[in-house]
Amino acid sequence: MTPVQVLFIISSLALLGLGFMVVTTRNLVRAALYLIGTLFSVAVVFVLLEASFLAVVQVVVYIGAIAILFIFAVMLTRRVMQDTGSQTNSNWPWAALVALLLFGGLTYILTSWSGSSAEAPALSSQSDMVTELGKALVNPDAYILPFEVASILLLAALIGAVVVAWDRD
Amino acid sequence: MDFLSDPILFLANWLTGLMQGWGWADSFINVVVTFLGVFLVANFGMLYVIFLIWLERKLAARIQDRLGPNRAGPYGLFQTIADILKLFTKEDTTPAGADKLIFNIAPVLSVFSVLLIWAVVPFAQQWIGTDLNVAVLYIVAVGSIGIVATLIAGWSSNNKFAMLGAFRTVAQLVSYEVPMVLSLLVPVLLARNMGLNAIVEAQSNWISIFFWMAPIAALIFFISSIAEVGRTPFDLLEAESEIVAGFHIEYSGAKFAMIFAAEFLHAFTISVLTITLFFGGWQGWGDANPIVGWVWFMIKSMTAYFAVVWIRSTLPRIRIDHMLNYNWKFLTPISLAVLIVTAVLDRVIFDVFDPGAVTFAYVRSGILFAANLIIAWITVALLRRQWSQRPARVPVGQPRPVARPPEVSAEAQSTVS
Repeated sequence: MTPVQVLFIISSLALLGLGFMVVTTRNLVRAALYLIGTLFSVAVVFVLLEASFLAVVQVVVYIGAIAILFIFAVMLTRRVMQDTGSQTNSNWPWAALVALLLFGGLTYILTSWSGSSAEAPALSSQSDMVTELGKALVNPDAYILPFEVASILLLAALIGAVVVAWDRD
Repeated sequence: MDFLSDPILFLANWLTGLMQGWGWADSFINVVVTFLGVFLVANFGMLYVIFLIWLERKLAARIQDRLGPNRAGPYGLFQTIADILKLFTKEDTTPAGADKLIFNIAPVLSVFSVLLIWAVVPFAQQWIGTDLNVAVLYIVAVGSIGIVATLIAGWSSNNKFAMLGAFRTVAQLVSYEVPMVLSLLVPVLLARNMGLNAIVEAQSNWISIFFWMAPIAALIFFISSIAEVGRTPFDLLEAESEIVAGFHIEYSGAKFAMIFAAEFLHAFTISVLTITLFFGGWQGWGDANPIVGWVWFMIKSMTAYFAVVWIRSTLPRIRIDHMLNYNWKFLTPISLAVLIVTAVLDRVIFDVFDPGAVTFAYVRSGILFAANLIIAWITVALLRRQWSQRPARVPVGQPRPVARPPEVSAEAQSTVS
């Protein structure tokens, strides 16, 4: 077993375990912290796939922005940050069935796909993935349209936030 | 390969050879050597903090016309070691009702977030933990873990002052991340690379250091980094006179020491980042030897650290609404302006002038410096106009002191003096 495989097993176990803890814990702040751990494990998996940019962006966006917002909202909203009611309702068997079917379907598709057992092509040390990604984002033949659409959406959200917060008096 | 030309590579090669002699597998040796490197960098940081704390106390004392630590050892050098021994032998208390897991993990996370930055810092040309191609983004990412640490330290203490400190954390650290990231983008633009070593290598002589091309961005980065560390004048998260000790009020002993070590190391780390991004890092006069680069690196970063201590021991704490206004209404717009102007202008310079010419570096630095001066001048003009148009203050009442000083007659005053 290579060191990379050991790291992969550790981070996947952490990912699954922490993900399970997110949905089962009753304490909301702890759930947010387990979520941070889960997202960090995903970042580690990205690193193992040699996608350093995605790994770092994962940490910046999900931990640096979204998770902190979660924790802050949870801190402000509840006086007692613990739920005492039941964690499930009467629809849980249906949810379990759908989840199981989805998992089975995905497993079936992925095992029958030839790419899942193929060896990843070795990256040349010269190619700079970040430069390639940046060029692809502004290339008319590649992803310029989705990139611009996402930018306009974010700009609209920013302007919307300013309008909502504007004190017109 | 001899020892003096690159001691660390020499030792790494020697260790690899030694372990190969023991018949270990190459991949395993690689892991062991990498772990030793991590151990070396992390422990350098943690041990250097001992010296930094002494230095900071001594400098702050001199600036405030005091002596500072002067009993334990020569010039009080062993004072910090005595303090560490004291802190580690103190009782380790956990407040009742605290979330124990989170309470105990927060100091670890705060040290962790600072030490992780050191993984990408180039100490010399060849001495770099890992030459990540997204290092600048990585610094931002790791900084956010520090915010989480402060936040959960404040929340889990089950103390309202700690909680207030945590709220202030969000208001301050998250806000000041915006101008910090925007000003971090300027050296990335100028170097056309996000790797820290590539950024240092782009600043190859004294005229092409990025401070000349982006003085405003350098200042904004320095200011917002100080705010990120949370020291005076931005120490609102632990303001002693308002919320006792802020987010770390309930910590004692070793955990308190960890939070403090993280803060002091972070103060040095921002000096290191400032000189790496804007003042050429390990570049300097002399041979291309890692030891020479290391010396330059330390000289520059200690100078920047002196500025950090100087600011800390000179300025008073800023009020919370001023702190937010300063960030959102001053630093963020000006850093956006600097980013846009630099991006457009640098592109135009590369098209108009010949990048191969000898004088190109002078032309580039000169034009960008002039552009920065113009931005600064416009900012000052706008601020002046805003100040002259500020609404007049309407007094809502006259102060009525409960206790008045005794009326002193003119004769009595003259006899006293």
